Amino acid sequence: MLEIRNLACGYHSKVVLHDVNFSVRKGELLGIIGPNGSGKTTLLRAITKVIKLDKGEILLERKNIWSISLKVLAGEIAVVSQSPPLNHMSVEEFVLLGRIPHYRRSQFLETKRDFEIAQKAMSLTDTLKLKDRPMSEISGGERQLVVIARALAQEPKLLLLDEPTAHLDITHQVGVLDLIKSLNKEFGLTVIMILHDLNLASEYCQRLVLINKGRIHKIGEPQEVLDYQIIEEVYKTVVVVEKNPISSKPYILVVSEEERQRREQRCRGKD
Amino acid sequence: MGKKLTRWIIWILFLAGIFLAVSIFSLCIGAAGIPFKKVISIIIEGKGTTEYSIIFDIRLPRIILGLAIGGALSISGVILQGMFRNPLVEPYTLGISGGAALGVCLNIVLGLNRTFGAFSLPVSGFIGAVMVILLVYWLSIRRGILKIQGLLLCGVMISFISSSLIMLIMAVSRTEDLHGIVFWIMGSLEEPNWALIKLALWVSVFGLVISYLFCLDLNALSLGEEEALHLGVNIERTKRLLFIIASLLTGCSVSVVGIIGFVGLVVPHFVRMFVGSDHRILLASSFLAGGAFLIFCDTLARTIISPLELPVGVITGILGGSIFVYAMTKRQVILGEK
Repeated sequence: MLEIRNLACGYHSKVVLHDVNFSVRKGELLGIIGPNGSGKTTLLRAITKVIKLDKGEILLERKNIWSISLKVLAGEIAVVSQSPPLNHMSVEEFVLLGRIPHYRRSQFLETKRDFEIAQKAMSLTDTLKLKDRPMSEISGGERQLVVIARALAQEPKLLLLDEPTAHLDITHQVGVLDLIKSLNKEFGLTVIMILHDLNLASEYCQRLVLINKGRIHKIGEPQEVLDYQIIEEVYKTVVVVEKNPISSKPYILVVSEEERQRREQRCRGKD
Repeated sequence: MGKKLTRWIIWILFLAGIFLAVSIFSLCIGAAGIPFKKVISIIIEGKGTTEYSIIFDIRLPRIILGLAIGGALSISGVILQGMFRNPLVEPYTLGISGGAALGVCLNIVLGLNRTFGAFSLPVSGFIGAVMVILLVYWLSIRRGILKIQGLLLCGVMISFISSSLIMLIMAVSRTEDLHGIVFWIMGSLEEPNWALIKLALWVSVFGLVISYLFCLDLNALSLGEEEALHLGVNIERTKRLLFIIASLLTGCSVSVVGIIGFVGLVVPHFVRMFVGSDHRILLASSFLAGGAFLIFCDTLARTIISPLELPVGVITGILGGSIFVYAMTKRQVILGEK
């Protein structure tokens, strides 16, 4: 589906990503994790042609994305960005914007089909009831769902999400990720998402890509990537990795400095 | 879908109705009041009467020019507010009016209008405007990318620089030149030259048509540049072309009528309040509303203290500003984005 070869890119003369190599299979749910500033968002921006590549190439279904026009690419890849814009359109108008890449050259108004697709996207994301509400008046959790609905209205083959659970409470975090999981399972939608919460990443993604300082540190299933040695090395934080008793996926627990010192003192006391 | 289209058509017809009503009002009213019934009989009778020449040589040109300029400034405002996603931007923010005014000032002070005739005033205004457009454009291109925030800052700074230069010129110029400069800066729809009026009308209609090619891109841009790119909009090309369209519309308007403020700021907001922020309807409605608004203001300006004439900018500012503030507090909505 998507193949990234020897990618190096960055802003102006500063190179952010080096030697990035990985591929995403069709129907996969891939998570990208890594510390702040490690280049995760830059990677997404490279995939969507927001920034130019310095080296390497990105292939979407064996075609170099730079040989695909922006409009065609927008019909294949949809993006849910970190900060959804606030404005005064209604939810339905906002979702309909996702149809823009599919407009024909002389098309001025949405067709019946466009409305049906938007309708479907809204019912999938459970936002149909918000249809006529203005975007500025709905809650953060609802807004995130509406942004996903707009991405679905693009009818993409590949969905990219940049921290879809940021600023959401656990109800909405789980709600959003359950939705993404079911889209991935039921419709075979390929998904790449950046997640900050390692536990959510472990629970929902089939494979994880761990990025550190602009390079891929480790790729693999959550059990392989979320190892306490790897996490401590990359995040420079002491952690304990346990197993989630229900899903048996790795679960990461942080240890506070105070607790750590107490532990050390107790150890010394024993000596 | 059908419902939306019907709603849009109703708005267009409604605004066209208002525009016609304002135009007829403007044809009838003035130093010599001509009742509407008489207007028709005068038109049928044809040339020769004084009333005929009042209507066709004095009032009609002002109405057509009002439509052209009001429309051009309004769609320019819509384009710029949509592109910058900033509700405070208006056509003059980019320094185009300052450049045009500076061009005209230099023309008057150097006495070029005495050698080349009155036609040289709009020409020098236009040259001034184009110079500023090129300068602002050149200053805000970085590595082939048009930086929108840079554009805004450059525009504002160049506005300040040119208004300071104008003050400098005014301070050292002779009294009779001063009068010409002030008169031009205040702006007026009085334009005896039919060719210029036609040109202004063509430019604004052309601008409207071209801007419609970008209405969907403008809708996408309301989400932000990167989001628009994700929706398949070639943002670099779109930004450049939109900037050029808006600049040329403003440049032409300013060089023909001088500086008439507030139309390009208030009309788009006001129209957005009623028809919504979809650019497919916003552009055409703003064009009509802007034309009607400017004609109405101009009619007031030439009748309130007739036979004297007030600068039309005075009326657009007072009327537009107060209606806008009233509507905004009444509706309890914050306009524009964010």
